Amino acid sequence: MKASLKWLREYVNITLPLQELAQKLTMSGTEVAGIDTIGGWDNIVVGEVVAIEPHPNAERLQLATVDLGTQRFTSVCGAPNLEMGQKVAFAKIGSQLIDPESGELVKLKRAKIRGIASEGMICSERELGISDRHEGIMVLPSDAPLGVPLDEYLGDTILDLDITPNRPDCLSIIGIAWEVAALTGKSVRFPEVSYDETGEPIERKASVEIADADLCPRYCASLVTDVKMAPSPPWMEQRLLACGMRPINNIVDVTNYVMLEYGQPLHAFDYQKLAQNRIIVRRAQDGEMLTTLDGVKRALTSEMLVIADGEGAVAIAGVMGGTESEVTEDTTSVLIESANFNPVSLRRTSMALRLRSEASLRFEKGISPELPLLALRRATQLMAALSGGKIAKGIIDIYPGKTEPKPISLTTRQVRRILGVDLGLDQMVKVLSSLGFQCQRVSPEELSVIVPYWRTDVRLSDDLVEEIARIIGYDELPTTLPSGSLPRYEPNPMRALRQRVCEILAGCGMQEVITYSLTSLAIMRKVVPDSQLFPLRVANPITTEQEYLRTTLRPGLLQALSSNEKHEEGSIRLFEVGKVYLPREGDLPEERHMLAGVLSGPRLDRSWHGEGEALDFFDAKGVLEVLFERLGVAISFEPAEDETLSPARRAKIVVGGEEVGVLGELHPRVAEDFDISSRSVYLFEIDLERLLPAALEPHKYRPIPRFPVTLRDIALVVDVAIPSKRVQDIIEGFPLVARVTLFDVYIGEQVPREKKSLAFRIHYQSPTRTLTDEEVKQAQEEILERLHRELGATLRA
Amino acid sequence: MLEKLDEIRSNAIDELSNLQSLNELEDWRIRYLGKKSTLTQILRGLAALPLEQRKAVGASANEVKALLEAALGQKRAALKEEELARSIERGRIDVTLPGRPLALGRLHPTTQMVREICDIFISMGFQVIEGPEVEWDYYNFEALNIPPDHPARDMFSTFWIDTESGERPMLLRTHTSPMQIRVMERTRPPVRVVVPGKVYRYEATDATHESMFYQIEGLAVDENITLADLKGTLYEFAKRLFGAERRVRFRCDYFPFVEPGVEMAIDCFVCGGSGCRLCGNTGWIEILGAGMVHPDVLRRVNYDPDVYTGFAFGLGVERIPMLRYGIEDIRLFYSNDLRFLRQF
Ligand SMILES: [Zn+2]
Repeated sequence: MKASLKWLREYVNITLPLQELAQKLTMSGTEVAGIDTIGGWDNIVVGEVVAIEPHPNAERLQLATVDLGTQRFTSVCGAPNLEMGQKVAFAKIGSQLIDPESGELVKLKRAKIRGIASEGMICSERELGISDRHEGIMVLPSDAPLGVPLDEYLGDTILDLDITPNRPDCLSIIGIAWEVAALTGKSVRFPEVSYDETGEPIERKASVEIADADLCPRYCASLVTDVKMAPSPPWMEQRLLACGMRPINNIVDVTNYVMLEYGQPLHAFDYQKLAQNRIIVRRAQDGEMLTTLDGVKRALTSEMLVIADGEGAVAIAGVMGGTESEVTEDTTSVLIESANFNPVSLRRTSMALRLRSEASLRFEKGISPELPLLALRRATQLMAALSGGKIAKGIIDIYPGKTEPKPISLTTRQVRRILGVDLGLDQMVKVLSSLGFQCQRVSPEELSVIVPYWRTDVRLSDDLVEEIARIIGYDELPTTLPSGSLPRYEPNPMRALRQRVCEILAGCGMQEVITYSLTSLAIMRKVVPDSQLFPLRVANPITTEQEYLRTTLRPGLLQALSSNEKHEEGSIRLFEVGKVYLPREGDLPEERHMLAGVLSGPRLDRSWHGEGEALDFFDAKGVLEVLFERLGVAISFEPAEDETLSPARRAKIVVGGEEVGVLGELHPRVAEDFDISSRSVYLFEIDLERLLPAALEPHKYRPIPRFPVTLRDIALVVDVAIPSKRVQDIIEGFPLVARVTLFDVYIGEQVPREKKSLAFRIHYQSPTRTLTDEEVKQAQEEILERLHRELGATLRA
Repeated sequence: MLEKLDEIRSNAIDELSNLQSLNELEDWRIRYLGKKSTLTQILRGLAALPLEQRKAVGASANEVKALLEAALGQKRAALKEEELARSIERGRIDVTLPGRPLALGRLHPTTQMVREICDIFISMGFQVIEGPEVEWDYYNFEALNIPPDHPARDMFSTFWIDTESGERPMLLRTHTSPMQIRVMERTRPPVRVVVPGKVYRYEATDATHESMFYQIEGLAVDENITLADLKGTLYEFAKRLFGAERRVRFRCDYFPFVEPGVEMAIDCFVCGGSGCRLCGNTGWIEILGAGMVHPDVLRRVNYDPDVYTGFAFGLGVERIPMLRYGIEDIRLFYSNDLRFLRQF
């Protein structure tokens, strides 16, 4: 809402400096987003055209003598609307004006125009920066004071206010005046409205019927006949422009002017075009058509309220009028509508039609049904005055939705409970009265408060408390810390696990990323088979790239890898801990916490120390081994099925017999799909929900062994296909074996074809005694014997 | 014999001073103090000398021996020292050469910020809880006093989930506030929680708007919670996060689910309040929205508003590092360019 300070001053005295006023408004909830100045016109004054002579050398130019009270100047003028006796804005030599062609500010210099010296210039609105008009000079009202600087006469300050949706009353100059008055200790003056009704009684000329009173609590109408359509006077046009509205004509401008003034939208119908001179407020018929003022033909539904005449819809109630009953140059009689409509229905209508207007923006916020009559009388007065029209006797006022204001009880205890401060009744009354609330003392601790009709947002005692707090100022209220007892502690183990996982992986040299939850079906198809892909879809996506809720973290990570690969020379190691969204029948989706990571590039970034080999499967596996070791979770890796991963290099991660995730080399085909060109990529994805129970298991301390370790190395030859883990598991199963390390794997000429050599270091140790050589030797033999029997293993020669 | 000893001593000392290495020193020791050395021979032959001579030669020989042994010890220590110095010098390196690169991991700046903020509230007795990002309309709007067709819905551009017609409307939460309802539904006062998480807005993205971002919600409900407590808690938070020298401002603002409604701002840390581009020439930077929990909201979760009061607040997370580090484009956060992420 743009508010002209000049206009505001008509209803409230403003003595505070502008910056302080803006500060007070902002702090109390009416945020001043900007302050614009209209004017800044140096050396431009109000003058009167006292003589006009033809230019001797140019047919289309004239010489105008302008009286400034104490001085007279002659200037060359080409405007077609120049007339004797006009009050005009006269720019003296040296003033700054806007060049109408370039839009730049230029300094007016002394010049000869077709041989005649011009001592200044009569300005158009465009040259003054008031509007775009440049067809002729700007003509000021005849009462404009001669010789007064234009700045003083026309200059204004515009407050650009952010009005919150609960305050439709502040979408009006009078509403803002109430705020200013309460904040500065002043009172509000209302416009004086009185006029003569010289026409016929309105009941004989028109009728109004509300068919759907649930959607229209009140409808008021007045009639002005014998109007003369014309542009509005400059003062009105300037105010409309200052508040961001385009002047149209003296009829439409009045409806807009009064809307800005009172916050009540109005509509002017061409009376002659209303069939049977009837107004019927009713729901539209399904499929009923109406062409609105913006020229769009719209199909209506029975959910929408329309204003109809004897034949059909002429306006969408509270949203926009129709072209057929529009006020035009030929209009001679105007029926003015000032009504109240149901905000919910109206908003639904305007959303359904994608049609929002200044009127609908006010109505949908719920304005008072007390306003229409006040605003209508003001509009009637102005319209008759501006158009020379005759006002019909009386006003039609159908008010089925009238309710009596219910007083709200407010106690000092309520104020203390919410604000944490004791305020006396006097102070409460003072603040509330300044905003137009009527207070009655019920007891020394209680008020009975009647809310002024325009404050439709105030319903509860809590609302009154806010009024008091915001006018006093939040910064004036005390500041304390909550003193009550703390709630019972509720552990959040999943969050704790996620934090640990993030820290461990960052410690392993991996960078955390956060990718978008929304992705495209096409991108998920690259890593999820169609038979498993049923993601939730957003009904109103902004782009197809963000249309579906992800069911896997893989695409986001691979996209991040792919885009970084374009500029990263070194390794890329990324992980994400985030949710996937798995649909459930008739319920919100399951939001499952997952972990995924990708590794690619050289193990060590290139430096004078040399270049590392490429990261491989075992680097990724090593990271996971560290992770699970730190989490205290025992895992094993087993061959896996996973289409995204290379069949030769993929494993599932198993905890307690249950698969919790996978690890492997990204299938080259998938890598290509993600435009990852130059490197092998290793990927893991782990379901943290499945991991959680194991991670929660209590961890126990094992005493440091007191007896010495005996080391023995053995090199075994087994079939290539036998997983090393099977060999190791058997060795580890022996009671005296404390630890087994695989320190060499060999496939080649030194061993037979289809065989491999595995070399283990076995740590023999007993928790209760020092082992003898004999015991170790015997254990070693038993191990060999069992490996031979079960796996056909032999000692390497 | 005595002259002989004199000669041994002076020769030995002369030679000793010219020795360069521990090996040469060992040769010298064998030559002068070894079993076959003249001095040792003299000492062994003492018994055969007449008594008078034995005394004089014996004393002199032992004196020479002690002297040479002491000189040997000194020389050995000196040579060892030199040897060590030489070996250290051989190991000299260019300390300006770069170190061996380690893979370096970091947490995402949003994760870091969420933790920093949560930790502040944890230290003030709040608990961290989380909730669903896909929500019912009821929790995101209706229970928060935003029924369908309420004009405040304009404040929250919403992504709707494509569901069968007739099903309950489902959406991507537009704020973390639905968790106010969920928490109060499942617990009784006292309540003191913070709720971090992703939220979504149906908005075209630009340097200051993202379709996905993080918020942190706070909620405290008890028998004696006041607006003064809200101010105190958020004041404390702002001082810990932005520094003790920051000034804090509370003004009236509107959110349908609180009454009174509050907006908190801190004085601009670029211009200190005089006005600049960062603060839009106001001198103040808006940090969060807050307010006293609306009595209708309390009633909806069966908390008696005549017994309980509460405050709630919500803040956007990315805004804080953007202000702190001067990041000008919010889209950098989730496009995951390593050149961005590595800076935090
Ligand atoms: Zn600033």
